[in-house]
Amino acid sequence: MSGHSFKEFPITWGMVIDIDKCTGCGACMASCQTENNVNPQPEATNKLRSTSWMLVYELTNDKAFPDHDVAFLPRPCQQCGNPPCVSVCPVVATDKNEDGGIVSQIYPRCIGCRYCVAACPYHVRYFGWYDPIWPEGMTKTLSPLTSVRPRGVVEKCTFCHHRWNLAKDAARAAGKDPEDLEDGAYVTACVQNCPSGALSFGDLKNPKHKVHELIKSPYAFRLLERLGTKPQVYYISRREWVRKLGDNYLKSEKTE
Amino acid sequence: MSFIDIEKNWYPEGVTRCGLGKFMGWLGFLGVIALFGLIAMLVCFYYGLGVTGLDNYFGFGLWITFDLAVIALGAGAFFTGLIRYIIGVDELKNIINLTVIKGFICYSGAMLILSLDVGQPIRSWFGYWHPNVHSMLTEVIFCITCYLMVLIIEYVPLILEQKQLNKIPFLHNLAHQMHVVMPLFAGIGAFLSTFHQGSLGGMYGVMFARPYAFREGFFIWPWTFFLFVLSAISSGPCLTVLICGFMEKLSGRKLTTYRIKSLMAKIGGTMLLIYMVFKYLDTWAWINGVLPRAGLTFDQMFYGLVYGKWLFFTEIVLCLPVPVIFLLTPLRKKPAFMYTGAILACLGVIINRYVFTVQALAQPVLPFTKWVVYSPNWAEWATSGMVIAYGFIIMSLSYRYLPIFPQEVGLNKK
Ligand code: SF4
Repeated sequence: MSGHSFKEFPITWGMVIDIDKCTGCGACMASCQTENNVNPQPEATNKLRSTSWMLVYELTNDKAFPDHDVAFLPRPCQQCGNPPCVSVCPVVATDKNEDGGIVSQIYPRCIGCRYCVAACPYHVRYFGWYDPIWPEGMTKTLSPLTSVRPRGVVEKCTFCHHRWNLAKDAARAAGKDPEDLEDGAYVTACVQNCPSGALSFGDLKNPKHKVHELIKSPYAFRLLERLGTKPQVYYISRREWVRKLGDNYLKSEKTE
Repeated sequence: MSFIDIEKNWYPEGVTRCGLGKFMGWLGFLGVIALFGLIAMLVCFYYGLGVTGLDNYFGFGLWITFDLAVIALGAGAFFTGLIRYIIGVDELKNIINLTVIKGFICYSGAMLILSLDVGQPIRSWFGYWHPNVHSMLTEVIFCITCYLMVLIIEYVPLILEQKQLNKIPFLHNLAHQMHVVMPLFAGIGAFLSTFHQGSLGGMYGVMFARPYAFREGFFIWPWTFFLFVLSAISSGPCLTVLICGFMEKLSGRKLTTYRIKSLMAKIGGTMLLIYMVFKYLDTWAWINGVLPRAGLTFDQMFYGLVYGKWLFFTEIVLCLPVPVIFLLTPLRKKPAFMYTGAILACLGVIINRYVFTVQALAQPVLPFTKWVVYSPNWAEWATSGMVIAYGFIIMSLSYRYLPIFPQEVGLNKK
């Protein structure tokens, strides 16, 4: 939809989510919260205010029994190839560069104008409405690898970018090429902890990585693909209604 | 001499004003509203934006709507300045001071709200220090700052013309010198403000993944860039007319001739006609181009009462052709039609800014999400009220002590 040009990078980290395997258990959400130091929310019942870098949506085909069907769709930042959020940021707090095509978010730079929140159609950007507070003793669970965010800045999923740095360090220590990691040497917390194996992660451009093959599946699609955001997150579903739901198909349109 | 008599010496030459007690009562009333807003502002700064009604769905809400509307309505200043100084319609000198003050109030008020609306107000200067040249918001930040400076430069000589201040030779000369260079600032102001109004529109038009707001481009700008400029310069003069009429009603004195107000209304109406043509074309292209390509239909853009189609039709039908007819035909000679036309034109632009800010975000783009209703809370209303009260206070003080209306003395001779 947009006329923007988008940059290609030699390493393009991407995620493939098999919706038919996802049971909606929420392990990805929980592991993301802990891995990335998302503080316990003072009012978590307000879903419009709580922070979930990874969120599981429940989809339904809106049909009555016995044709009723549901699916679960985990949603991290789509790390768009042509990110609507990046060009709008007035202070370059968010950027897409050669860092594996991961859209970064620099918290000390962010002024909290929330223009990126408005521009992202996937609702993956979260604003810090309150000062982050950890209950007594819970600070021990904080990870030293991810910075905690002050109130008043926008945050979002980074594909656990810090894990990539660790993987590169490990490769260097083992005398391997950090720019050519083996499949599985770097995976995000949600992928690691998914009990049903619905999530896969890797370099979309690297033929040695499983995701490289997976995205070629005829059942693979991306969310809101026609808007031109070119996400690096792919979904797979053998159910047509799920694929159709992923991209605002008009009633008159066919998928196959 | 009592203070009441001294105060009378501050009035512009040859005019009368209401009693000091009454005026103080009025200021006190406005002061209470402003104070309440100030407290809300401090609460926001201290506790963060968690105290507002905004959320992760509606990063933009009442404040941005208010800002955009106020800035559009404040556009009378630059546009009237342009016509008066650059195009040379000399008659407008009788109302230009009012437009400058109005512009100053609108822009400074908008800045006040903007400083509230960022999550990290202390970092606001990053906008100048680490600018992203691709962001429309960067353009907004630069233009709004520069234009506010221009408005201050335009406002200062007015203050210096206050009777007592003007007795000081230095200030008298300074005011004179500033007047001499005013066409230059009017030109700079017109340039800056045009870009500023445009980039506010551009901010929405470039959100290509938000089909409610997204528009096709013309050079590097989306259509909304031009539409926002046009809607601002059509509603700006209309608001000036309304303010002038309101001040006349409130003070019981004639401030300008009907001819001047009518001229302003005609300028506004002409611009509104041009805007209407482009807005219709734009709407047509949006319904038939942008929406189907996004897999969406016109009907999917509306929901319930607060996002209903009635808003669309009010803006596009009631607030465009109707005021155009009222403002551009002989109907304008009747005050009822002229003022109604001006009110409708302003209402149209307010609805436009609201739907672009709130409805654009509420419209579910992800097909499995639902419409979410946003309602601003006390903190947002109170601070917005504060800015309105602030505007009234500045305007009241200016009217009382500054020679804003050159025709006032002549028109009110007994
Ligand atoms: S999903 Fe949203 S936040 Fe992530 S890159 Fe795309 S637009 Fe930006």
